[in-house]
Amino acid sequence: MSLAAILSLHEAIQEFVSDGATLALEGFTHLIPFAAGHEIIRQGRRGLTLIRMTPDLIYDQLIGAGCAHKLVFSWGGNPGVGSLHRFRDAVENGWPRPLELEEHSHAGMAAAYAAGAANLPFGVLRGYLGTDLPKYNPRIKFFECPFTGERLAAVPAIRPDVTVIHAQRADQRGNVLMWGVVGVQKEAALAARRAIVTVEEIVDQLNAPANALVLPSWAVAAVCLVNGGAFPSYAQGYYARDNAFYKQWDAISRERRSFQTWIERHVLGTKDFAEFRKSLEAAAANA
Amino acid sequence: MLEEYTADEMMTIAAARKLHNGAVCFVGIGLPSAAANLARLSHAPDIVLIYESGPIGAKPSVLPLSIGDGELSETADAVVSIPEMFSYWLQGARIDVGFLGAAQIDRFANINSTVIGDYDRPATRLPGAGGAPEIATFSKEVLITLRHSKRSFVEKLDFTTSGGHFHGGDSRRRMGLSGKGPTAVITDLGILTPDPETKELTLTSVHPGVSIQQIVDATGWPLKVAPEIETTARPTATELGVLRNLHAGSARSQTTTIQPSPKYS
Repeated sequence: MSLAAILSLHEAIQEFVSDGATLALEGFTHLIPFAAGHEIIRQGRRGLTLIRMTPDLIYDQLIGAGCAHKLVFSWGGNPGVGSLHRFRDAVENGWPRPLELEEHSHAGMAAAYAAGAANLPFGVLRGYLGTDLPKYNPRIKFFECPFTGERLAAVPAIRPDVTVIHAQRADQRGNVLMWGVVGVQKEAALAARRAIVTVEEIVDQLNAPANALVLPSWAVAAVCLVNGGAFPSYAQGYYARDNAFYKQWDAISRERRSFQTWIERHVLGTKDFAEFRKSLEAAAANA
Repeated sequence: MLEEYTADEMMTIAAARKLHNGAVCFVGIGLPSAAANLARLSHAPDIVLIYESGPIGAKPSVLPLSIGDGELSETADAVVSIPEMFSYWLQGARIDVGFLGAAQIDRFANINSTVIGDYDRPATRLPGAGGAPEIATFSKEVLITLRHSKRSFVEKLDFTTSGGHFHGGDSRRRMGLSGKGPTAVITDLGILTPDPETKELTLTSVHPGVSIQQIVDATGWPLKVAPEIETTARPTATELGVLRNLHAGSARSQTTTIQPSPKYS
């Protein structure tokens, strides 16, 4: 047993995320690890296999910045707004590089993460019935239930090299507490060889109620303090989702040039997430 | 005096009326979410709205932009994890009505939300399946709402994301699925319901001011029309008021300027 290291986000990404790694940055609308995604872009990681049920803006940025080689996913859009334009440009035109896809349904991804956390070779579900997904994803298989004879679907367990999630709180020892829409983050963290957790704050006492979603320090590789690190998604109890930014992203990301200008100015041109936020605020004030 | 309304408002209101009080409804984002919340705030106060992000019994006062806005979890009876949502609640057969949108639909109410064109070289890459394939197969009944046009109502789907009545007839039952499948498709022009035998979508109701020919022309296959066709009741002032109020709250919450970073003591 070793406890989580309390590191800066820069150190954690440098130490644990290498080129070519299989990486899950999970978050289902809530607690999306945007700051960690930016740090991966800043450090110029390449050839990543990115896994996520709902790739949204941060995956659009990672794809547009050329970090990704493959995407394993079940729904890739800007929720309530429309397309992810950088994702589409990669799939439709191979820009900035071709993106290999492994596509599932949510139920399939959830089963695959749970299997990974449980150290099983595959997840099982009643699913993928009457959909064309298995025709294009050979990793979705069907088998006969040994007890009932029913035809069931199987998906290979997801075992990321590194899972990155964002949570509300950690204590000084690195125990992590999260609440609200917690998505598949617990399974994704436990399925990975290493988990990095960015948090809103580090407190002396978690004071977590019984049965709260706590990841014990020894199940986590690193805890990084990043105030507001889920922006423009939200952290319940801390700040609301910035729906206006999700809408603005549609215009920023639509053209290659406007995307590149944005990412160079606000992400590559800043040293960390706090500077990124200041850079956005300055741009908004000048608009 | 009759109030003016848009075709989208008629669609949402007609869809809301299909939801009965007390139903347990798995809600897709966008048009289904607007309709489901309109139902909850008008004729179906005891409806249970479930969003795939985890909230069970959500009671939002403004329409969420995403499927997991804070408004949903803060107003829910319970918030569960994603694996629990899909295994215990959906696969566990606890959902009465699955409510979906789509980019394309065919005559047997199979839907596409994956790609337009070839999968490997798509003309348009859409977001993909999300929860839809399993919602469509494991809900006791499915409602679908989308705008009516030849681009969306097609002879052949480019990709079947989620199954409706498959090849028609008893094909659902032969696949071992017990639910009823899609029971209505509500569009901005009218309402289509599957024929009891063949399961082919049949025009059964036209919205006020819309002609049958207009709907036939907006459908990419030779549309069957029921012998006795209804005219959808006009939106009431109450329905319009509740719907507009939901949208107004949502618009306010989406135009806030970027908040400064939170500070901690």
